[in-house]
Parts: sequence; C-alpha cells; structure tokens
Amino acid sequence: MHVLVCGGTGCQASASAQIIENFQQILAAKGLQDEVQVVRTGCFGFCEKGPIVKIMPDNTFYTQVKPEDVEKIINEHIIKGRKVTDLLYMDPENREHVADSKHMGFYRKQLRIALRNCGFINPENIDECISRGGYEALGKCLTEMTPAQVVDEITKSGLRGRGGAGFPTGVKWGLCAKNKCDEMYVICNADEGDPGAFMDRSIMEGDPHSIVEAMAICGYAIGATHGLVYIRAEYPLAIHRLQIAIAQAREYGLLGKDILGTGFDFDIELRYGAGAFVCGEETALIHSMEGKRGEPTLKPPFPAVSGYMAKPSNVNNVETFANVPIIITKGADWFASIGSEKSKGTKVFALAGQINNVGLIEVPMGTTLRDIIYEIGGGIKGGRKFKAVQTGGPSGGCLTEKHLDTAIDYESLAAAGSMMGSGGMVVMDDTSCMVAIAKFYLEFTCEESCGKCSPCRIGNKRMLEILTKITEGNGTMDDLQELRNLAAVIKDTALCGLGQTSPNPVLSTLDNFWDEYVEHVVDKKCRAGVCKKLMSYVIDKDKCIGCGKCAKNCPAEAISKTDYIAPGHKLPSMVIDTTKCIKCGACISGCKFGAISVK
Amino acid sequence: MAKVKSLAELKAMREKLSNNLDIREKSNDPDSLVQIKVAMATCGIAAGAKQVMEHMMEKADELKLGIVFTQTGCMGYCHAEPTIEVKCPGKDPIVFGHVDNNRADEILTKYVMNNEMVEGVIPVNYETIG
Repeated sequence: MHVLVCGGTGCQASASAQIIENFQQILAAKGLQDEVQVVRTGCFGFCEKGPIVKIMPDNTFYTQVKPEDVEKIINEHIIKGRKVTDLLYMDPENREHVADSKHMGFYRKQLRIALRNCGFINPENIDECISRGGYEALGKCLTEMTPAQVVDEITKSGLRGRGGAGFPTGVKWGLCAKNKCDEMYVICNADEGDPGAFMDRSIMEGDPHSIVEAMAICGYAIGATHGLVYIRAEYPLAIHRLQIAIAQAREYGLLGKDILGTGFDFDIELRYGAGAFVCGEETALIHSMEGKRGEPTLKPPFPAVSGYMAKPSNVNNVETFANVPIIITKGADWFASIGSEKSKGTKVFALAGQINNVGLIEVPMGTTLRDIIYEIGGGIKGGRKFKAVQTGGPSGGCLTEKHLDTAIDYESLAAAGSMMGSGGMVVMDDTSCMVAIAKFYLEFTCEESCGKCSPCRIGNKRMLEILTKITEGNGTMDDLQELRNLAAVIKDTALCGLGQTSPNPVLSTLDNFWDEYVEHVVDKKCRAGVCKKLMSYVIDKDKCIGCGKCAKNCPAEAISKTDYIAPGHKLPSMVIDTTKCIKCGACISGCKFGAISVK
Repeated sequence: MAKVKSLAELKAMREKLSNNLDIREKSNDPDSLVQIKVAMATCGIAAGAKQVMEHMMEKADELKLGIVFTQTGCMGYCHAEPTIEVKCPGKDPIVFGHVDNNRADEILTKYVMNNEMVEGVIPVNYETIG
C-alpha cells in the first residue's frame, strides 16, 4: 500500500510535514512500516481542500486531513479496509462523499500533461521518475535524433511559450541553433511573478526532473552545454527539490560529461532572483543573472543572438520545458492532436479568488471558461453571482459573463482584451469593484516598474492617480477619457512587454464595466461597496433601540446619542457623524438589530 | 550508484524500478486488478490469517501477479476462518474459507491464474451497500 501526502508549499503550510511524520511513527509502532510506504509528493492541485492524503491502490482521496486524523486513517482504512467517510471530499452539489479522484468534478475535465507526475511520484527520488519513463526522451534525442530533428519535432508539435506571450518554442530553438558559438546557454525562466500564480512553483516542487531533462534536450538541440535556472529566492522548497534533482541526475550520469555514453555534455546551475517582477522579462532576467540591474533592453538583439554574457541563449518558461520530454516520447502528432487550432496541448492555471475549488488545474487548450469555473472550479463561493474573471495577471484583463463560453487559447483571450499570461486566473463575484481591481493591478505595476522608460514609470503613475481620484469620488468624465489616452500611449511606447501590457487591466475593465466607472464618476457610488470614500454609514433611527453598542465599538468616536426616542423604545437612538466616520464597519458588525446600513 | 551509461541501461533500469510504482500506476484503474481482502479481525488473526496473508503476498510476488492485498475486518464467517475474498476483474467477488498456506497457493495458481474453481468457497449470505 502507498500513502501519498501532498508536500507542495500550500499543503506544507497546513501541516503536511507533521502528517507524514505521524504516519511514519504510527505505522512503525504497529509494525506496518514495510507494508505501507509513505510518500511525500508534489502538488495534487486541489489546494482548496488541502492537505490532501491519497491512499493507493484503491485511489481514496482524503481532504483537509489534520495530523490527529492520521491514527484514524491507519486504524480504519489501512488496517480494517474501511474508508473514513468524514474525511472524503464532499460534492458541493449533491452533498455526497466522493471516494476517488476520478469521480470528482475537479479532476474529470482535466488533462494532465505538464503536471503528469505531480502528486504521483516522490519528487526527491530519481528512481520514481525513471520508472515513469523519466530521461528516456533525453536518451531518445541523444541516440536516435539529430539536433535539427529535435527542433523540428518541437516545432511540429505546436508548443508555444507558456510564460504568456505564446511564441512558438520550436521556432525559438531554431533561431538560437543557427547561431553557432563556443559557448551557448539554455535558460529556464522560473521567475514566476504574477500575483496569485503558482504553476511553475508546483511543477518544480512536484516534478523537478522534467525540467532538468527538458533543459538537457534543449541544450542538445541548440548546441549548448550550460544550463541556468533563474529562480526566485522566495521559492525555497522548489529550489531545494531542484538542487536534489540536479545532484541525483549528476550521480546517475544524466547530467555532466558524456551523458548516456553519447559524448554529449550538459550541466545545470541555479541562479537566484530577488523577486522583482520585471526580471521575468527575458532581457531583464539575463541582466540580473549577469549581476547587473534587472532592467530590460530593447530587442533586437534577441537573446538567441546575444544573451547571457553576450552569447547566444535560449530562454523558456518552466511549464514550456515541462511539456518537452513528453512531446519527444509521445511524438509531435500526439501533442498537436490536443488543443485548439492554433494553440496546442494543455495549459496549467492557478485558480484563485471567489471560487469553491481553489487550486492548480490543467486543461486542454480550447476548454471554455464556463467549464473551468463551474465544472472544475465548482462554481462561485456561497452561491453568489459570477462577475468577472481576471486572466494574465497584471498584463491581462477582466473577462465577463459574455466571455464564459469562449474557448480559451492565446488568440481568443487576446481578442477578448485579455491574455493567456502565465496562467493566473482570479474569479470575482459581485462583491468585487472593478475600478478597485484595475487600481490594484496598476498599483502592482507601479511598484514593480523598473523605471527605465518613462511611459511605464510616469504614465502608469498618472493612471494610478486618476484611478485613485475616481475611487475617492473626485473623478470626472474627462478622467475616463484621459485614462484611455494614457493607456494607448503606454501600450505604444513602453520599452518591454511588461510596460506595453500594463494598461490592459484598466482598458479591459473600461470596456467591459463602463457602467461601473460612470457610476463612480457621476453618481459617486460603488455598487460593490468596496470604495470606502464613496460609502456612508447610516443608522435607521426607528430601528435603533439606543443600546449604545455601536458607539462602544466605534474606534473613531463618531457615534453619539440623539434626543429622538423611537415609538416603542425606551432609549434615544444613535447617530453617526460622517465627518468623523472612518468607515471601518465595526458598528455594523456589532448591531444586533439591523439598524445600521451602508449607502 | 553507478552511472547510467546508455539508453538501453536506462530502459533496463526503468523496467526494474517500475514494480515499485506498479501499485500507483494501476490504481488509476483499480477494477483492472485482482484484489484480495483478508479478514483480519481478532478471530481471523487467531486462526492464522496474518501468517497466511504474508505467505500469499510472497507467493504473489514470486508468481509476478499484480495483486492488491487489503486487510479488512470481520466478514462474519467465523466458522471458516481464516477467510479471504478474491475479486478478479470483471467478476463477482468470491469468498474462500479455511484458507491455509496450501489452499492459498491453490487459489493463486488455479483460480487467479487459470480461472479454475478451488474448494472452500463460502456462499455469500449478504449484500453490502456501497
């Protein structure tokens, strides 16, 4: 029997390490340690209900397991063969317990290619990876294919950059391979920076060998012998597992000199980033690795011509690399048969926000937003109304109900005013104010702008000032036009991809939620009740019994007695001085009589 | 660990290692496996179920049969301990009673491998829900 415990960052934060320890201790105490194997795996993707424990071979899927539940699982399930029902996943629709992951809506519509080994193997054990066919793709390339054939195969598969822009990976490799040089570099971009995105982290934590193998394949294809992974220092677990994977691969001779006796040399080094968003842009990333300031430069020259240390370099994202070995093993035709016309394969998304099943998912390109949000995501939390979904992080935009049946791929998202991005997907319900959302993303861009070019440094700042003005109730209709003008200029003139896409959150909300902007500007109202300056708290003097609880709760001493006693009440009602009120909401949460409301 | 020197060696290694993950690979489709449940309540263990289970696991490995063994509680056939339930893919489960090492071998070699009936079948006297 195998017990798989999720060891991704999310589940580790909710005590999965303790769960593993408890399993090992109790199993040892019962003399079962030889019969039951406890494995720490990478992310299962169902982070909403973590920590996850999966029992094999009957494929039982336990959710939200606590360290103290371990004894029960061992006594009931492992020893007596009875499932612990109250730890099984409960279907939110029919309130029934689902025992195995195959029957969960969350997994039913998914196709796991990049995540094929995540949550299945022990990422710290190369043997488990090899027994799933790990490094065979590398072997196949080295012994049966020429470098040009490898590039062709990747080109034919239709794989495109998963970092967001969607540039064809095979073409990128081919461009780099043309520039023969004594030193060339394969660079893995693991500087995942979009707020709420954790796809790359999960892949590196759950299946680090796929990255090591893919980088070696890329090295063979373009003629490079050095690999560099640029990874942010905020990902300690991913770094740790990559280090183990690299060390194990070296020990097995799958990295280093004369790999698999073919005379091909390749080795990988890790470089740590300090977590600047702009360093995800490939030229900035390369400068950061060279020890310079992480600032982008104008392309061309492209890294394929002059990259790291002015040598030809090929930069790919983690998820792109994760797809490479399986394409080589299963063939370009297999990969090209999945997905939509122009976007092949699958895409991993980090599903977050007001949705029931927060987590990591992988779906074929061309899946509709509706399937993702309602089938896999299990619908909106608390049965509220869907309002928008933000894709592509600070470079993307907000899509609305009318886009729900759009089949998502690179083109359709761009046509709808958003972008694929690296795969963050934040779902919002009617309690989100779209003006405030646009402001949030712009705050992020302003914070992370490297400051090199003025459209991004100054333009975004001006846009943020206008948005702040609007959310504080001082906006005018001219401001809305000014937002559009500024956005257009920034899009056209910013130096790098980050600057050029930074107005997208504002533009897409202007397009899709124009009414809400107008409400903020003309009626000075925020329908979601988010923009504090546009709200006022009022006490209904006839409902108020004069108990004074609100006045006691108020940190600003803004509430006082009136001399009005409502009919049937004994004490005078209270009133809020709106000039003193800081709109914290403490009065509402304290009132038992529903006398206070927001207007 | 010695270095892997060729693709052939890597493949041989995969072959050798794949048994370790077999149980996980196959569990994606549990119905394709032979499943054997051994009744391991107090009375079963007293009658020797644990020792029989160990014997069967060794034998199954020896015969290279991919079988999932599970311990379960009392099946209610106290008159016939040790009892085991064998579920072959696509067939109804069958319960065997008075299983000692010899009968266990017979069950594996005859029933599981060749679909021949073996003595000691207990008629199932109840249905289980879910």
